[in-house]
Amino acid sequence: MKLELHKMQIKSMAWGAKTGVKDGVLSVCKEDVLSLVKTDPNFLKVEVDLALPGDKTRIIPVKDVVEPRCKLEGKNGIFPGMISDVETVGYGKTLVLEGAAVVTCGKVVGFQEGIIDMSGPAADYTPFAHTCNLVLVVDPVEGLERHDYEASLRIAGLKVAEFLAKSAAGMPADSVEAYEAKPLKEAMTDYPGLPKVAYLYMLQSQGLLHDTYVYGVDAKKILPTLINFTEVFDGAIVSGNCVSACDKNSTYYHLNNPIIKAMAARHGKDYNFVGVIITNENVTLADKKRSSSYAVKLAQTLGVDGLLISEEGFGNPDADLIMNCRKAENAGIRTVLVTDEYAGRDGASQSLADAAKEADAVVTAGNANEIIILPAMEKVIGYPTYADVIAGGFQGSLRQDGSIEVELQAITGATSELGFTRISAITI
Amino acid sequence: MSYRIVHYINQFFAGIGGEEKADYKPEAREGVVGPGQALNAAFKGRAEIVGTVICGDSYFAEHMAEASAEILEMIRKFSPDAVIAGPAFNAGRYGTASGAVLELVSRELKIPVVGGMYPENPGVELYRKSAYIVRTSDSARGMGPAVQGMAALALKLLDGEKIGTPEEEGYIERGLRKNIFLDKVGGERAAEMLARKLRGEPFKTEYPMPVFDRVAPNPPILDMKKAVVALVTSGGIVPKGNPDHIEASSATHYGEYSLEGVLTADADHYETAHGGYDPTYANKDPNRVLPVDVLRQLEKEGVIGKLHEKYYSTVGNGTSVANAKRFGEEIVGKLKKDGVDAVIVTST
Repeated sequence: MKLELHKMQIKSMAWGAKTGVKDGVLSVCKEDVLSLVKTDPNFLKVEVDLALPGDKTRIIPVKDVVEPRCKLEGKNGIFPGMISDVETVGYGKTLVLEGAAVVTCGKVVGFQEGIIDMSGPAADYTPFAHTCNLVLVVDPVEGLERHDYEASLRIAGLKVAEFLAKSAAGMPADSVEAYEAKPLKEAMTDYPGLPKVAYLYMLQSQGLLHDTYVYGVDAKKILPTLINFTEVFDGAIVSGNCVSACDKNSTYYHLNNPIIKAMAARHGKDYNFVGVIITNENVTLADKKRSSSYAVKLAQTLGVDGLLISEEGFGNPDADLIMNCRKAENAGIRTVLVTDEYAGRDGASQSLADAAKEADAVVTAGNANEIIILPAMEKVIGYPTYADVIAGGFQGSLRQDGSIEVELQAITGATSELGFTRISAITI
Repeated sequence: MSYRIVHYINQFFAGIGGEEKADYKPEAREGVVGPGQALNAAFKGRAEIVGTVICGDSYFAEHMAEASAEILEMIRKFSPDAVIAGPAFNAGRYGTASGAVLELVSRELKIPVVGGMYPENPGVELYRKSAYIVRTSDSARGMGPAVQGMAALALKLLDGEKIGTPEEEGYIERGLRKNIFLDKVGGERAAEMLARKLRGEPFKTEYPMPVFDRVAPNPPILDMKKAVVALVTSGGIVPKGNPDHIEASSATHYGEYSLEGVLTADADHYETAHGGYDPTYANKDPNRVLPVDVLRQLEKEGVIGKLHEKYYSTVGNGTSVANAKRFGEEIVGKLKKDGVDAVIVTST
């Protein structure tokens, strides 16, 4: 399965009479976006705004971030099972507006979170301080079920992302990246001298705002299965929005999964990267046992020597991570884990809810409990009073002067367990 | 202007005496005493010891709450910019006392604190998260390098400089996780680590997993009718008045008490020393935590052979793993020696 990513570099974003890209500037016609989103009867009010790198702007509470992409060639559209048909994606050509993002905000449940500051100290922790963001702030009609609100918000972000990309379809790309996910018959015999490896991609599936969708299927209803990594680049995996913003994988992160990219880059050099296994993180013990055993069985079926495992979320999913690790290592498959930590504000507590001696190779995306002070911003997009009730914030965290004292937990994408950022932690 | 330092030392280093003087009560003196001299020299005029607080090690261990309050007041009166304790080398009670003093000063006065200990000193495990403890040798022969390291770290803290890693600065790893930024993103680091692990090359995990001891259960007792059964508790049930002064939290010792002729752990004779749970119900009927009444009944009915004539008690509230492990090993040794067949361990 061959996929070309045609990338256009977006350096800025501005309102315009017509939506389109010219000289690296994405012009957005506000009315086009509003009319696209307002077709959903679940929405009472829709606002759109722009947030650019360096702006003294805060976005809160962020639910998801989506990179503008659309299909140029291939039978199905982007985000299958969501805004396109359920048919297979991951081949042909896909247009990517790199440097641009659609950010969605909404008050889905009582506890809200997700902060993106476009400048200041928090900008070091979130990659979305460095993208040109089109922000959707969407209020539901009265009495709307939270699940329905979440679903509508999710679809709105995806639709706008595709719409923006489509406005540039047909224009020359700045660069083209070619990827190939080979059929197993070939993949198995490639690079005979190198160890075979796979990626075990854990998808959060603990319930509302802790969910993930695969081709439109709620990941809690899947058995672990194989997916071509090119399908991931075409939006086969979509975030069901977030509560814990620091380590819930946004749709943007899935589309640009850095682990897949890094493993693909080492393919044929350090190892033979034969495939990606997706699994879930359900809350019952039976589910955890079933999924971890099934995922490791798939890895054994592929005959891999090594497995890179990424967690999503924290606490309850720590148990899934450790089960996956222990079962794989006991099956003779060497593992590397990617997680983040909850070691308390002073860093003195145990970081994970579970541990195993087999987990001897761990990459950490940092301690999410560490405190950060966010200075007041000139402009706030969304609902600023939510700083008090976000996970990672605490009573009084929004100060009189507009500054906010929060844990990194509240910063969108800060401790990404897909390893999107450069953050790590050491013991002092 | 130089920084004002208060130095905490024990009776031995103050030249008052050894074990026979370990019950020496807290005392404050102006200026330097004993090792303070070397410490002062190491400051090279940038800081000065304005006062020394001395306390006997046994006195501190036995009157922790009282001694702590008194010592804190003595230190406060000197208006220090920082407090240094020790070096305690491998002296256990000295290390524990100096760690406790540093923790208290750091929390109450919010000023920099520095200690010095040998890594195996029990004070390290108890207080390394609360204070910087400089790594020293196991005896006073290493006084020179110890005070040099302690003085240097204290000055850095006082100057508000960034403190480097344990290796760079010479302090014992505090066990605190701290975020840093690396050159590569996490995804690349993981992909690289996998390559190294598969090639059998050295790699460094970014999060060393804590290891939990797992104890395999012993085979069941075949004939309970002959078994000697002992009671051990971390729920803090002690004879009324807590004769061994077991701490309400972060216990440093346990008690051994006779059950000879005791038919029930009643409220007139027993209470809990535990500070980590609501003691109302345990104090109303201590049998709830230490079930002497039920075991006497089982003894009478012939279900068990005999209730062991001694019980062991400590407080499992914030007690360090290192101490808990030591208690366990010692208690097991005693139970084995006394021919005990089974133990019922109760918590809170």
